[in-house]
Amino acid sequence: MENLEGIVGQAKDAITQAANEQALEQLRVEYLGKKGLITQQLKELGKLDPSERPAAGARINEAKVQVQDLINSAKSSMAEKVEAEKLASESIDVTLPGRAQSQGTIHPVTRTMQRIEDFFARCGYSVEEGPEIEDDYHNFEALNIPSHHPARAMHDTFYFDPTTLLRTHTSPVQIRVMEEREPPFRMICPGRVYRCDSDMTHTPMFHQVEGLLVDKKVSFADLKSTIVEFLREFFEKDLEVRFRPSYFPFTEPSAEVDIEWGRDEEGNVKWLEVMGCGMVHPKVFQAAGVDPEIYTGFAFGLGVERLAMLRYGVNDLRMFFENDMRFLEQF
Amino acid sequence: MKFSERWLREWIDPKLSSEALVQQITMAGLEVDGTESVAKPFSGIVVAEVTGLEPHPDADKLRVCSVSDGKEVFQVVCGAPNVVAGMRVPFARIGAVLPGDFKIKKAKLRGIESHGMLCSEEELGLAEKSDGLMPLPKDAPLGVDVREYLSLDDTIIDVDLTPNRSDCLSLLGLAREVGALNKVTLDDPEVKAIPAINEDTFPVSIEAMEACPRYVGRVIRNADLSKPTPLWMIEKLRRSGIRSIDPVVDITNFVMLELGQPMHAFDLNELKDGIVVRMAKENEKLVLLDGQEISINEDTLVIADHEKPLALAGIMGGEHSGVSENTRDIFLESAFFAPLHIAGKARSYGLHTDSSHRFERGVDFAHQARAVERATQLLLDIVGGEPGPTTTVESKEHVPGREYVTLRHSRIDEVLGIHLDRTKVEELLARLGLVVEKVTKEGWTFKVPTHRFDISIEVDLIEEIARVYGYNKLPTTEPVGSMAIQPLPEKKTSLRRLKQHLVSLGYQEVITYSFVDPKLQALITPEQENIALANPIASDMSVMRTSLWAGLLKTAQYNQNRQQSRLKFFESGLTFVKEEGGIVQEPVLAGLIAGSKSPENWSQAKQSVDFFDAKGDVESLLGMIGDEFTWESTQHSALHPGQTAQICRNGQVVGTLGAVHPKIAKTLNLNGPLFIFELFLNRIADGKVPFFKGVSRFPEIRRDLAIIIDEATPYAEVAKSIIESAGEWRVRHHIFDVYHGESVGKGKKSLAIGVIWRHPERTLRDEEITEAFNNVIQELSNRLGASLRS
Repeated sequence: MENLEGIVGQAKDAITQAANEQALEQLRVEYLGKKGLITQQLKELGKLDPSERPAAGARINEAKVQVQDLINSAKSSMAEKVEAEKLASESIDVTLPGRAQSQGTIHPVTRTMQRIEDFFARCGYSVEEGPEIEDDYHNFEALNIPSHHPARAMHDTFYFDPTTLLRTHTSPVQIRVMEEREPPFRMICPGRVYRCDSDMTHTPMFHQVEGLLVDKKVSFADLKSTIVEFLREFFEKDLEVRFRPSYFPFTEPSAEVDIEWGRDEEGNVKWLEVMGCGMVHPKVFQAAGVDPEIYTGFAFGLGVERLAMLRYGVNDLRMFFENDMRFLEQF
Repeated sequence: MKFSERWLREWIDPKLSSEALVQQITMAGLEVDGTESVAKPFSGIVVAEVTGLEPHPDADKLRVCSVSDGKEVFQVVCGAPNVVAGMRVPFARIGAVLPGDFKIKKAKLRGIESHGMLCSEEELGLAEKSDGLMPLPKDAPLGVDVREYLSLDDTIIDVDLTPNRSDCLSLLGLAREVGALNKVTLDDPEVKAIPAINEDTFPVSIEAMEACPRYVGRVIRNADLSKPTPLWMIEKLRRSGIRSIDPVVDITNFVMLELGQPMHAFDLNELKDGIVVRMAKENEKLVLLDGQEISINEDTLVIADHEKPLALAGIMGGEHSGVSENTRDIFLESAFFAPLHIAGKARSYGLHTDSSHRFERGVDFAHQARAVERATQLLLDIVGGEPGPTTTVESKEHVPGREYVTLRHSRIDEVLGIHLDRTKVEELLARLGLVVEKVTKEGWTFKVPTHRFDISIEVDLIEEIARVYGYNKLPTTEPVGSMAIQPLPEKKTSLRRLKQHLVSLGYQEVITYSFVDPKLQALITPEQENIALANPIASDMSVMRTSLWAGLLKTAQYNQNRQQSRLKFFESGLTFVKEEGGIVQEPVLAGLIAGSKSPENWSQAKQSVDFFDAKGDVESLLGMIGDEFTWESTQHSALHPGQTAQICRNGQVVGTLGAVHPKIAKTLNLNGPLFIFELFLNRIADGKVPFFKGVSRFPEIRRDLAIIIDEATPYAEVAKSIIESAGEWRVRHHIFDVYHGESVGKGKKSLAIGVIWRHPERTLRDEEITEAFNNVIQELSNRLGASLRS
């Protein structure tokens, strides 16, 4: 009994010095086990005077709890240490690149076309498609370009035979839709078009988006707002836009559209032609079976590559069709 | 059309700077393509006369000239071969500056002092190249600045006219337009009728009245073609891009530029008996002015005499009957040819002339006689001669009539979205020479001037109103219309989603030409008939693609040649296949992969793609459609015979996938293996809208089996057997191993498959699973001869 404090002190020292969990377990057995040093003390209680027994018992139990606590706390700090060591051993170099997944890209021409489609789809236009091998009627005649019209010289046409050709614009799609359905119409016709021309600034194939809005009471004023809003939205810039009288056989009045593209040294706006538009010519309506006395409409057309070049700063048209991965990856 | 700004300002001179004028006409629809100074900057160069000439004592090729500017005489050393005493030339005095900032200083040439320099056109920047000094006319005033004398402070304006504005293919037309824009009426300059001084005429008969409703002619005798074209005319022609030829041709060209009426001058003595305007006859030939001989088609209008064709009417004259230096008697032609009869003809002979350009688009039908009078006047002034009377042969019935066009006031509001009051409308149109013929409650009838071929219906007038009023001053309003909503069927997977999915799988989108090399196409789809372009741009771009693979393989080649070894890309677009009943244009989505599975990486060993990488991508893509697709082994000319699959749905082939045939890869110098696929978009577009099935709360039970089966038996057959024999509670199965090796025997393979069952409403009993599992084994053995691997 006298050396209970001595035993606890001795246990404390031993616990502090224990190297691992196993050593702690041994100490627990040594002190608190059935034959442990502290447990032994309990057995000695019988030798005491009964009046002393409760106090002595309490002291022994206190010593037991004290040692047990010491062991527990040593165990948990030891476990923490092991855990910390394990985590430390598991650390990795997070700056190494991730397991490679390659990400592809949409072609810049498609990307541009999708942006144009999205704008007009939000305004209620449908997206229409049509054949690329066309007949002379839909590509020219129905668009008020009869066979000897000088405007045919502006379309260097690829022919298969005298009446079959590669469409030179997507306007024939508009004719086909007007022939099949009843007005009103709101549509855009994106797609590939072909002209027999190839140099620095022309490729024999390119893409157009043409649009058409036909309804009662559609005016040139409506056309102007549609084009201005489209161009400002497309370039995400509050651009100056101007309309310049021009000529297309299928529209009248016809206009070419210029946008502000920088300023010269004197601060004058530099204008850049970006698209054509106009009010649908009555002869086109007649060819497509729409009554021009009841309906009016506007049409517009733009070259997708040109807008893509301006938007993304591409300086060589031909790159669009070389399909160099190092070019495509950039979009 | 190119013209000199100074020339225009002789006709009409608005108070506008050059830049403002260019801007104004551009915004009126006469788009200025460019402007160019007539001469580069130079100064201090005057008209001088070579008064004396002596050989240089120390140089054979140099001469020592005395040069007078009217006040002083200078000693100038000159090496030009054409220098002669008495000639007048541009003289750069000491202190003059030539183009390129080249200053003239006192110099010594082989020991002789030279006080200035005599100049050539090249040195003044007026010509690309010249052989000697620029001779000036004998009456050029001495001492006058050359810039002033030659009117060199001038700008050439190049207008890109749209085909409807033939009326502006002349100075007169341009001046009229500028007048209208600036509210100045241009009085058509008066052309005096030149009286005949003899009775000489030459007979003209028109057989094709519809094509040539009017022919005005005049005989002029005893002209002297040795006289030079005056400098002012040469300069005006030059600034319009026309080279001086001889005085008569120059005059006809000049009148064409002035009035827009193309003319022709014949050598009268080369004409037999009379002019006949007729359609060409069979087998007629003509040597044109440019020296080439052509066979004339019978649909072509010709000017002939009583023996042979002399000229392609309205296009080009013949070499033989044109004027030459020996010509003395001239027959002038000024005709009106109907645009429809000229249109397209020049092009059919590979020609395009100033004349055809104008006649195709329309020439003022009231101007033929006026042009003859103007040309006569110029001829008499320059080459002299004795004019006979002007003769006109015409068919009143065929000469275009004046157009009258009705305009409803309300229609202007409807088309332009602006209300203009009546007086404003009348004023705008009056500026363009449109005369009110009749006024009604609804609007007006206007008389169209003879030079406007592009005004025949109401909207033509509305366009003119908009143009003169100013497009940019017209209002802007938001369109108002029906709000019909476009249908968007859920079962359709848009091309855009499919593309986006491929992009997520690492594919780049490419766009290749729709026309390809027939040689390459023959390797890919030899069974297809080519659809060939009649006028391809190159032989390797001459047939329409029957498959997108030609373009993809070329793209692979292009990129492999540029050190890109890992390739993964796709394209969408039409293919063109000739079938009975016509050409089928079908949208296709196609892709190609080659090189390593993943980009070079620290964590994975480099591994080449194989068939199942491509198939996995396609399966993933088809997974978006939401329907069942089956895969079958097949053959394709472009693909490896043992690595080709077709993809089917409900018995229809919807696509093909396979390894590029090594022979094709070799021909194209491609590093293989490459895997390509194509999917017919119309056939996969419609999928299924999902429909809910209950989710079972009960556990799944799995049994694995390993079977040995003939190498040739496709897995699809095994899967089919399992599906048909595993009972109704089978939910799925997986193949998790395929093994070939000695232990399974030659010509055999081992497949390891897990089959999973689950009941929706209860836990399956062990004996139920065992029974189902035994069924599967039995069925595989019966149908496919499979044995369990021990």
